[in-house]
Amino acid sequence: MKLRHWICALALSPALAFAADNEITITIKDHKFSPAEVRVPVGKKVKLIIDNQDASPEEFESHELNREKIIPAKSKGVVYIGPLKAGKYPFVGEFNQATARGVVIAE
Amino acid sequence: MFGSALIIFRETLEAALVIGIIAAATRGVSGRTLWLIIGVTCGVIGSFIVAALTDTIADFAEGSGQELFNAAVLAIAVVMIAWHNIWMSTHGAELARDAKRIGSEVKDGQRELSAIAILVALTVLREGAESVLFLHGMATGSETSLMSMLTGGALGLLGGAIVGTLMFIGLMRIPLRWFFSVTGTLLLLLAAGLSSQMAKMLIQADWIPALVTPLWDISSVLPTNSVTGSILHVLIGYEASPSGMQILFYAGTIAVIVGLTALVRRNQQQQQQQQTPQAKSELSAGTS
Repeated sequence: MKLRHWICALALSPALAFAADNEITITIKDHKFSPAEVRVPVGKKVKLIIDNQDASPEEFESHELNREKIIPAKSKGVVYIGPLKAGKYPFVGEFNQATARGVVIAE
Repeated sequence: MFGSALIIFRETLEAALVIGIIAAATRGVSGRTLWLIIGVTCGVIGSFIVAALTDTIADFAEGSGQELFNAAVLAIAVVMIAWHNIWMSTHGAELARDAKRIGSEVKDGQRELSAIAILVALTVLREGAESVLFLHGMATGSETSLMSMLTGGALGLLGGAIVGTLMFIGLMRIPLRWFFSVTGTLLLLLAAGLSSQMAKMLIQADWIPALVTPLWDISSVLPTNSVTGSILHVLIGYEASPSGMQILFYAGTIAVIVGLTALVRRNQQQQQQQQTPQAKSELSAGTS
């Protein structure tokens, strides 16, 4: 139940941007990322869980992070990122680039 | 419509460029058109199957099934290119000689062509499945009309096909003397690029370490998502900020293919040299 606990914590407080074991859930709803700003520690591997709640698939893509992954409709996908250097790493939902935008901030 | 055209164009571009190179690289091999058509057809059918199975594939390996599936597809594609290049190293001279005579084609290339068909099918499959998913998503999203979506998709497909054809025409203008060296080198770099993408997938799934991320970053000079960057990404696996492991896979693939090619060629030359004295000794043994 630890995971659910953390998801709740994330939803309640955007300031709590990463979990103890560096696991972060990003939700996609109405073709938007939430949180759109994800803070991760420098030099650590982080597990991103992308939860697509929309009825259509989305492709999580980031050239800066060197990642791309299709997240089917109504499902979750896992993307490992890092260890990263300090900086900003934008990501988009390739299938809905107008609205699905976010950034990973390593600090 | 424009949005879907652009995305389908980007997906098609990769497959089209690869098919353009392969079509050129197999010039003079008997029956290649049929095998290329078989490859594309299987790839298109496979795209729909993979798109339909996305949810199932995604659920494998604790949410990393897609990465492992892609990595497997990429690995097979790399092996097929390696096979092709090694085959060419022993048949290239024959093909170049025969290509000057119109209508003459190398007959014993069927196994080679089935490898090529698999390569084409896998290339189409990788990009095609994404296109199918994207269009299906748009159709269910229903913000755009089906007609405009399909028109966009068709335009994107056409655009990709035109670029692939230009690639083919461009390559065919290369003088025969260098022709197979050029296509062989292009395919070698393509294989290295695919191998680096495979490493990326395995890193994303946390199966192998990234080593250094990124090993370098030249995205201010040439971003991967710029036009030139995208084309170079498809052709030679260019990435502005690759990880150390990707570079290792890239260099390793080149080393293995070049090494195997040299080994096979040397073996063949040795066999030819051995056959000549052997034939003589058999002849003398018969007369004594």
